[in-house]
Amino acid sequence: MNPQQKDIVNDFCITFATVNGSGSQTANNTILRALFKMGIPISGKNKFPSNIQGLPTWYSIRVSKDGYLGRLEQDDVLVCMNPASFENDLAFVNPGGVVLYPDDLKQPITRTDITAYPMPVKELSRAADISPALRDYIANMVYVGVLAWLLHIDMDEIAHALNHHFRGKQKAVESNFSVAQAAYQWAGENLTKTDPYRVERMAPLDDYLMTDGNTAGALGSIFGGVQFVAWYPITPASTLPEALIEFLPQYRKDPLTGKNTYAVVQAEDELAAIGMIIGAGFGGLRSLTATSGPGLSLMTEYAGLAYFAEVPTVIWDVQRVGPSTGLPTRTAQSDMTMAHNLGHGDTRHVMLIPGSVTECFEFGWKAFDIAEHLQAPVFVMSDLDLGMNQWMTLKFEYPDTALDRGKVLWEDDLEKRNGSWGRYADVDGDDIPYRTVPGNLHINAAYMARGTGHDTQAHYSEDPQVWETNLNRLVSKYYKARDLVPQPILERTSGVSQGVISYGSSDPAVIEARDLLRQRGFNLDKLRVRALPFTAEVEDFLREHEVIYVVENNQDGQMAQLLSQEFPALAGKLVKVAHNDGLPLSATWIVKTILKEGE
Amino acid sequence: MDAQVENKYTKNDYRGLPSTLCQGCGHNSISSQIISACFELGIQPEKVVKFSGIGCSSKSPTYFLNRSFGFNGLHGRMASLALGTLFADTSLKGIGVSGDGDTASIGMGGFKHLVRRNMPMVYIVENNGVYGLTKGQFSATAEKGLMLKKQGTNPYLPVDIAMEALVSNATFVARSFAGDPRQVKELIKAALSHNGIAVIDIISPCVTFNNQEGTLHSYTWGKDREAPLHEISFIPPRDEIMVEDFEEGSVREVIMHDGSLVLLKKLENDYDPTDRWQALRILEDAQRNNWLITGLLYINPEIPSLIDMYDLPEQPLNRMTQAQLRPQKSVLDEINALME
Repeated sequence: MNPQQKDIVNDFCITFATVNGSGSQTANNTILRALFKMGIPISGKNKFPSNIQGLPTWYSIRVSKDGYLGRLEQDDVLVCMNPASFENDLAFVNPGGVVLYPDDLKQPITRTDITAYPMPVKELSRAADISPALRDYIANMVYVGVLAWLLHIDMDEIAHALNHHFRGKQKAVESNFSVAQAAYQWAGENLTKTDPYRVERMAPLDDYLMTDGNTAGALGSIFGGVQFVAWYPITPASTLPEALIEFLPQYRKDPLTGKNTYAVVQAEDELAAIGMIIGAGFGGLRSLTATSGPGLSLMTEYAGLAYFAEVPTVIWDVQRVGPSTGLPTRTAQSDMTMAHNLGHGDTRHVMLIPGSVTECFEFGWKAFDIAEHLQAPVFVMSDLDLGMNQWMTLKFEYPDTALDRGKVLWEDDLEKRNGSWGRYADVDGDDIPYRTVPGNLHINAAYMARGTGHDTQAHYSEDPQVWETNLNRLVSKYYKARDLVPQPILERTSGVSQGVISYGSSDPAVIEARDLLRQRGFNLDKLRVRALPFTAEVEDFLREHEVIYVVENNQDGQMAQLLSQEFPALAGKLVKVAHNDGLPLSATWIVKTILKEGE
Repeated sequence: MDAQVENKYTKNDYRGLPSTLCQGCGHNSISSQIISACFELGIQPEKVVKFSGIGCSSKSPTYFLNRSFGFNGLHGRMASLALGTLFADTSLKGIGVSGDGDTASIGMGGFKHLVRRNMPMVYIVENNGVYGLTKGQFSATAEKGLMLKKQGTNPYLPVDIAMEALVSNATFVARSFAGDPRQVKELIKAALSHNGIAVIDIISPCVTFNNQEGTLHSYTWGKDREAPLHEISFIPPRDEIMVEDFEEGSVREVIMHDGSLVLLKKLENDYDPTDRWQALRILEDAQRNNWLITGLLYINPEIPSLIDMYDLPEQPLNRMTQAQLRPQKSVLDEINALME
């Protein structure tokens, strides 16, 4: 090692370039988990193609002693297992960086400013005592072992991580670990470390766990009492209902009878998926679907019906890149305006926007309370980055409020009212009417729900005044959600006149960008929006700052548009900081863009 | 024993609001038979949920069973809406009323998937071959060569709803004619007892836009051409069967899931409605020969329904409490520990 060179500890990016379908996920997750268990803050991002097998795929792990979880644009350590992408991948390595490659790689290493370590991948995986069919998969364990040696990753943690991955299946753990161990040993005997990158154990991350947002959303929904799920497969949403299918049988048997307290139906398309959950919502069940842009487009008409007929349901939009089929396996925040007004005619929806995996859990159960309280569909706006990538995230907290089933009248309630009630009558003056659900056997319980104009008794009506009064009430009801939705998170410094607004999965990059800007003497107050309708705090933030940067992962600046629409008098203060190329935003891009705008 | 003797309801308990459909519309006659069928079976009106899509037919649930919940949803999307709702309380009976446009055009996918899942509900198609509310366009069941005032001649072959149901593995398929009220009523009664999807395709003439003499969906054609497969009678489980009323060998019995009986009195030929192959063949023959075959085309009461596949408790899902729906805190602690 160059004696002047200082070690770079717990602060760099490792990227694994592999072939899709080659089983690298096990290896990558093993390293991710081992680092996490060493107390080092990490984030893992999978950049994968819309393909089953054969196309290049990348997995990046950022280790950050400071806890930054956003994407880095360049790599420090590249593990290149894919000859097809080698040349391009090499270009993304920072000067002074590292490349690990299989020793039978044909391509020349054209960079002289990086350190290259060959790995005898074939030799070591052939030496392992495993069936030839599994050899290709287990070959990835070679880079796990070499990397562990190179970066000082604790091999015990590698073993624990494999144990976690294979859920204690000893044979699988042993065959994988033996290859990693052999590679570790080989590296120690054959390589000389000349690069500065290494990791060091930190204080344990006891308050954190590691999972993805879709799993968290599914678990949150289970604790929210989800009863009916209908879905249609679509990337990147499918793993949410798949997690429900995995966990519901474990956690949601009726304590009295041992029977299921839920039903999951895979629908024939998204039209049917939303139809089913709206039917279930009308029936008094906590219902949910999860989809992405193309599916959400198909759900448009039904979303309008749910708004107008006042049916509670929960729709997760795990956003991906559009328009059209777009980039199905890449991330974006570009359904914000569409979801907010989904439906023809005058329609607006309540949206929850989780900014972390922990919030995916929390909003997972809260969404049902809000939907049933308001008798309206609630959209949870996640995205591929949040939904499908592994994050270290604060442990989940048990719901601190009881289920809010809203104003549902059962037989006894109707008896007390002598059967007198109106489905759409605003008797409490809070814009929220009472409802009954099928199965209520009171003689006055029934009503005819409809997407056509209706009066307070749910009877068909074309009366202009009845129509407008009803529609005005719906808007007013939408604003009542201000008291129900998660409030924004505000970070203020006194005397600062400029602010930044972030939301969803872009927040980690904004947190980091704000710190970088502060180091350059440019202080920004920050507000993270967590829901629509916007609450008073959002308006105050806009009022109290001269310039507000709105950072988001889309082309049009959709959150800036929604803010402008809601607060037209303040819209002139908003500066759009938006772009989308399919990847999560990086702090460096945000800094560059804001500084240019600030000149 | 007369079914009505025990009935604590009067026919008025099953009525709806006055119809706003055209005078003489076949749909009104079907609404009347739904009322009669439910009354004669003594079904508690609150135990029925009505569903419909958009169109003339889909308006009709307002005109029967006022004491039943209902959802008049979106065009062609009745199937999914009904499926979701009926999971809320599986003791409820679903009656869906759709049209030929609603089912055979825009809603074909949903219809066939509801059938394939064997969703337990009655699915009535009021089939008139024409779009009424939009003033007389061809529907997917209009016959090739049909001439309509503003549309000219229909160039396309029609969809046969009963055949679509059969090839999608429906467990109850019937066809009837609005001009044959007794048969309509008996089929609805049998359908209400079926534990699975019960599709009834009812030719229901549109007196305003498609009732030209001699055309497929007209009263005159139906009256001239109706060829019932059998005379159908439905016997609820509580009623004693007077077998001596029938000549030996002239009656075929189908035992329903709930113990009720469907009696099919032989007419010209003995037709076996449990033979799917025969059902497909008779529909094919009917198409070739321009017959209006009516009656119970196919039935299989043995196949489990969609609901049967879900291992749900008897207590309706929509009456469950927080204690049943939210796992304990210890469960979350376990999950947190698994993922740390």
